[in-house]
Amino acid sequence: MSDPGIVLNNPEQAPAGACERDLISSVQNGQRELFYELVKPYERRVYAAALAILRNEHDAEDAAQEAMLKAFANIRQFRAEARFSTWLIQITVNESLMRRRRERTVVMEPIDDRREGEDSDYAPRDFADWREIPSEALERKEVRQRLSNALGTLDPKYREVFMLRDMQHLNIQETAEVLGISTASVKTRLLRARLMLRDLLAAGWEQGWFSRLPFEKGNKPW
Amino acid sequence: MVNHDATNGAALKCEEVWRQISNYIDGDVDATLRSGMEEHFRACARCASVLAGARNVVQLYGDELMLEVPAGFSQRLERRLEDKFEREMQEAKKSPVWISEAAGSRWSSWAAWMMPVAAVVLFTAALALVDTLTFHSPAKSILAEPGHNIPPDMLVVISDGSKVFHVAGCPYIHDKATERTITAKQAIHDGYVPCSRCMRQYLKTSFVGRHDSEDANADAGEEAEEALDWAGR
Repeated sequence: MSDPGIVLNNPEQAPAGACERDLISSVQNGQRELFYELVKPYERRVYAAALAILRNEHDAEDAAQEAMLKAFANIRQFRAEARFSTWLIQITVNESLMRRRRERTVVMEPIDDRREGEDSDYAPRDFADWREIPSEALERKEVRQRLSNALGTLDPKYREVFMLRDMQHLNIQETAEVLGISTASVKTRLLRARLMLRDLLAAGWEQGWFSRLPFEKGNKPW
Repeated sequence: MVNHDATNGAALKCEEVWRQISNYIDGDVDATLRSGMEEHFRACARCASVLAGARNVVQLYGDELMLEVPAGFSQRLERRLEDKFEREMQEAKKSPVWISEAAGSRWSSWAAWMMPVAAVVLFTAALALVDTLTFHSPAKSILAEPGHNIPPDMLVVISDGSKVFHVAGCPYIHDKATERTITAKQAIHDGYVPCSRCMRQYLKTSFVGRHDSEDANADAGEEAEEALDWAGR
């Protein structure tokens, strides 16, 4: 199967390969001071994972850093056959989920209709003035904030899958393993998350979120 | 206007396309379905719009720019890791290196098991050493106990095959043919203990109140040495 054409701006993949393996090996063998060098390329992904679950910057930073410390303390348990980034994200997700359960964090009411099951049909909303938001728009903090807010309105079960799959770029299998759900559930939730976010972003035009931004008009079928 | 409830020149309905649109973006549909969906998108502007919007979502959120950390995050993380590392180093200095976390889990796991074993071995060895140094012969009844206030120059009788000393004429002297007379001080020094019959007045049981809270089987070695001390005065 070929890629239907989408081009992803993948976040950092480094330090992959032999360099990362050497670093891991050095840390496991006692050069503990090298740990920060090992995790530094992933700190943004770790923080984003925690933030997607906790939806609070202070809590997310604390959880992300605690996850790093746990990774530091348990680095010898890491096995080379796994991806270090996935292992790190797994620890972060566990730490964040544990905190959310413990602190009973109140999440925003999702836009998803909770009466519907995961497998029920979903009809995308019609928008008269949908426009594509170019990646360059992400340079603007207000756009990033809008996107982040939109993500925050999703039900956690959709947000977590979307975060791992589309923001952390884990594959379907890895996402399923990190969250402890089936690959079928990952696919279903991912579909819902993508379509709901599409609806939110499109609605943003009607609500004037992006009205001052000179975006190209997209498909406008209606 | 497209009829969304009907097929659009292709075999697929809009609802079926929506269900598969995420898999389509991920390249996770077979060739037949892909072909059918592409045909559908060409004919159905609404589904094409949904596809474009979903792709836009994936494109935007997948961008590295969406992964922001608060100002100072890196510095705070580095400082916490440094603190943790320093604490580990300090703990490693306090405890033997081979049980510190920094020394390796396999070694420390082994050491964790060996610690109590080594302690037991050392304790047992120490007891054995004390026992060896204190008594010249282990041939002693468990009922044996050192005497108290035995006059050191008192003449007592010993014999072969026993580590008990007696008053002359005691009917409990073992192997009378080998009787020898020595001083009580010498007998105690040689590891003999007083006969529980003929020397009863000098036994601990005669001094109720002095050690009545002590275990009757208290360390006989210490008692014997104590006895030897005052016996030598």
